[in-house]
Amino acid sequence: MLIRSSLKIDLEEETVEDKIMESNNMNNNIIKVENLTKVYKVGEIEVHAIRGVSLEVKKGEFVAIMGASGSGKSTFMNILGCLDVPTSGSYTLEGTQISQLTRDQLARIRNNKIGFVFQGFNLLSRTTAVENVELPLYYKRTGTKERRELAMEALESVGLADRAHHTPNQLSGGQQQRVAIARALATNPSLILADEPTGNLDSRTSIEIMEIFQKLNENDITIVLVTHEKDIAEFAKRNVHFRDGKIGSDIIVNPRKIASKVLELLPVNVEEEIV
Amino acid sequence: MSILNVLKVAMISLGRNKMRSFLTMLGIIIGVAAVIAMLAVGQGAKEAIQTQIQSLGTNMIIIFPSAVSSGGVSNGAGTSIKLTPDDATAIQAECPSVEYVSPVIHTSAQTIYKNMNWRTEIQAGNTNYFSIRNWTLKEGNYFSENDIKSDANVCVLGQTVVQNLFGNVNPVNKLIRINNLPFKVIGVLNPKGQTAMGNDQDDIIIAPFTTVQTKMLGWTWVNVILASAQSSAAINDAEQQITEVLRARHHLQSWEPNDFTVRTQTDIATAAESTSRVLTILLASIASVSLIVGGIGIMNIMLVSVTERTREIGIRMSIGARGKDILYQFLVEAIVLSLLGGLIGVLLGVASSDLISSLAKWTTLISPESIILSFGFAGAVGIFFGFYPARKAALLNPIDALRYE
Repeated sequence: MLIRSSLKIDLEEETVEDKIMESNNMNNNIIKVENLTKVYKVGEIEVHAIRGVSLEVKKGEFVAIMGASGSGKSTFMNILGCLDVPTSGSYTLEGTQISQLTRDQLARIRNNKIGFVFQGFNLLSRTTAVENVELPLYYKRTGTKERRELAMEALESVGLADRAHHTPNQLSGGQQQRVAIARALATNPSLILADEPTGNLDSRTSIEIMEIFQKLNENDITIVLVTHEKDIAEFAKRNVHFRDGKIGSDIIVNPRKIASKVLELLPVNVEEEIV
Repeated sequence: MSILNVLKVAMISLGRNKMRSFLTMLGIIIGVAAVIAMLAVGQGAKEAIQTQIQSLGTNMIIIFPSAVSSGGVSNGAGTSIKLTPDDATAIQAECPSVEYVSPVIHTSAQTIYKNMNWRTEIQAGNTNYFSIRNWTLKEGNYFSENDIKSDANVCVLGQTVVQNLFGNVNPVNKLIRINNLPFKVIGVLNPKGQTAMGNDQDDIIIAPFTTVQTKMLGWTWVNVILASAQSSAAINDAEQQITEVLRARHHLQSWEPNDFTVRTQTDIATAAESTSRVLTILLASIASVSLIVGGIGIMNIMLVSVTERTREIGIRMSIGARGKDILYQFLVEAIVLSLLGGLIGVLLGVASSDLISSLAKWTTLISPESIILSFGFAGAVGIFFGFYPARKAALLNPIDALRYE
């Protein structure tokens, strides 16, 4: 009964979302943030992590958010990822006002509209690659057969279809991150959020991962990437610098690095592809 | 997210910690096994008491005179002398639901055979007495209708009397003296054993009531009239008919109370059953304490599991798991643990009650109700004690959970 009724809600909400999508075609904004602030209370002290940020990200953009630790970029990322809600200001994701949603509504947004890629990969250990990729579809209540098909499709798009039944500890760091990207892609989200995705990887593998992101971006997928490495940020189209909870600079990257060309110049790292 | 999927996920995560899952289940296993075994022992005791009551006689009805009081002093049940052998004859003739009737006189007497003597109970009845009380013969014969009519000095001995007077000698056709009156032993009864109260039913001599009435005691009345109903269903009808017949015979007016009491075997069985029910409830409630302790074990392990898997919960939430999804995941794990434990417990409980009955020689009886009850209780324990840890998991903050090391 419970499952059936929640399915019903899913269907209803999808029709609402469709309408929002239509209205959105006019202004093309995926992310619209206005005057966003976030204040944490640590005991008696108030920590102002974000002090009034406004940002717009259009469909098909590739934005790198940069900044030193403590600059508020992680907090901003959590809010963009609907893991956290702002103290004040508004955040609109594809026309949906996020600021006042309940926990369950936020979970649904994360499931349908956002794909996460983390620094530490965050795959479920002792669970095969394809099962990891299936996980968001499982919470979307996709049928078993369709789930497997979509997951395999996503794994193919990151070139790991042959590793589908390996568990994370049988995969290299780069391969694990590609599984994580496949998982982020599985539900066909409007936005991919990557939090230091190359932080745990060596430089060549990092560029390989950036190559995948660039390829996805060419297929019109919007990507927001948090990094503190300047040379990684140069693969994005646009760089936003955070300083003391505010946006310090917002520049278009020129000249932009193309990962596939950088890779051609690098010596091949033989050990990387060991299973 | 089908039930099957949730079950699969639960089984996989329980399978990762096989030893721990088993130890957690052990509490439930022992609890369920204990409940089933204790209920089996209790049910067995009840069954044993019922068989013993059956051994008193089949569908037996006892009629005894009410208490008399002389000068304000009540002398207790059976002290009046209102019942006569003619009452018994009338019941036999006029009550269609009654099968057998026998007037009964009982007294105790010293019995002597050669140099042996033994004080025992003399039960005097007619030929129906044996049928009503379910006595069967080991050797010899019952006394006959002719023996009753001719006040014959014959008797049938119980096993205890045989052992104490004759030892290994065959008593049939031997002469014994009862209160200095010679009686010929014509039969020996099969043993019945002790009653639930510890009375030796075999310490008895049965003789024709006419002989005892006229030659030994000189009474015209009888102590008790024993009757048996046609069937267990007819007991109530028989009771009714006997009451009507006796009231008419004793010329009682409608306002006068009965000067006799009719008690059926059902009354006795009910009293005994309530005793064994108390015993069963006591045993089962002690056993169910261990089930609750098992449930606390489940809660403990589930709390540990939630803490251990905080990061996993964070990952699941970040990719779209709702609180409800996480709640179900952990709740189903707890329920699987308790039901699996319950299943093993049922098997163990059945096995251990078999062991009890073969080792301690107790009758045990496993009722399907006790299995359903304990299995259901195990499931309820899983839900009850699994809910708190599952809720704790569901209410985690995804950011904190993701950062958890």
